[in-house]
Amino acid sequence: MAFPRSDVATPPTGTEAAPTTVKIVVAGGFAVGKTTFIGSISDIEPLSTEAAMTEHSVGVDDAGGQTDRKTSTTVAMDFGRIALPGNLWLYLFGTPGQDRFLFMWDDLVRGAIGAVVLVDTDRLDQSFPAVDYFEARQIPFVVAVNCFDGVARHQLDDVRDALAVPEAVPMVYTDARSRAATKQTLVMLVQHAMRRLGG
Amino acid sequence: MGVGGGEASTVTQADGAGAPPEGDYSYEERTVRPYAMTGGRTRPSGDVLPIEALVSALRQPTAQQTVEKRRILELSGSQYVSIAELSAHVHLPVGVVRVIVGDLVDEGSARVHSTATQNPTHDPATTLSVLESVLNGISAL
Repeated sequence: MAFPRSDVATPPTGTEAAPTTVKIVVAGGFAVGKTTFIGSISDIEPLSTEAAMTEHSVGVDDAGGQTDRKTSTTVAMDFGRIALPGNLWLYLFGTPGQDRFLFMWDDLVRGAIGAVVLVDTDRLDQSFPAVDYFEARQIPFVVAVNCFDGVARHQLDDVRDALAVPEAVPMVYTDARSRAATKQTLVMLVQHAMRRLGG
Repeated sequence: MGVGGGEASTVTQADGAGAPPEGDYSYEERTVRPYAMTGGRTRPSGDVLPIEALVSALRQPTAQQTVEKRRILELSGSQYVSIAELSAHVHLPVGVVRVIVGDLVDEGSARVHSTATQNPTHDPATTLSVLESVLNGISAL
């Protein structure tokens, strides 16, 4: 790489202004397909980062007895990026949906367009914390039921009842592997966020 | 703040902290170390940088800088890179990257670009027009 002067780096893209960045949070339980969802539409291979490293009490899952051990914990967070016309970069951040990861969400959702709560109907309980969280903080979100086999096994209304999701929250079937389905889910979220702004 | 050479030398001597992570490096062994690179700070001096904020280098890395600072300046020298991407590429937690980037900004070595929601003209109309662009952009994918 050639630099015009030894002590001055070339600006990243010449005179082009820095892209405006926006983000959407993809929340959901373990192995529900968050990274697949992000990867289906991202320009880059989903990357993984550590969102937090905090010393706090963590109950050890299913270990029986060994709880509240003081430990450092790390949370891997996968994310992707989509370049959009108008020099916009949309980041998609996947975040674990379990209660014990909620401490890192406040940081993540600040300034986010909204969230997609990805749901596996076999493990609905894993979606409760995310639904509660976004509702309590009035963050626009949609519930996307991931159809693993491409077959909708549950009526959306049943899922809505089970999760106690208000009528105003859009619900949709999606397929995390499908770029078209992911795109449709994101479109639905952005439209919902715009309605919430009175647009 | 904290631009002096004293800080830099402390950091470089932090138990080989600058060495790239090795393949079989157990994560547990590494869990406390990264904050040694930030002098124990977990927050940058100013506002907390959004994870999607883009960083661009203003100067080339120098030999006096820590390995982490050099890596960040290299990565952000030819393209805009977000805090999240820096974390992934440099293998450091987001909190640590924030602190180091904050120091680079204080030194005048890098700048951080504001995100859509940090825009000084942040008002509903602006937000709505950004959302409209996002909507049109995604729809056209």
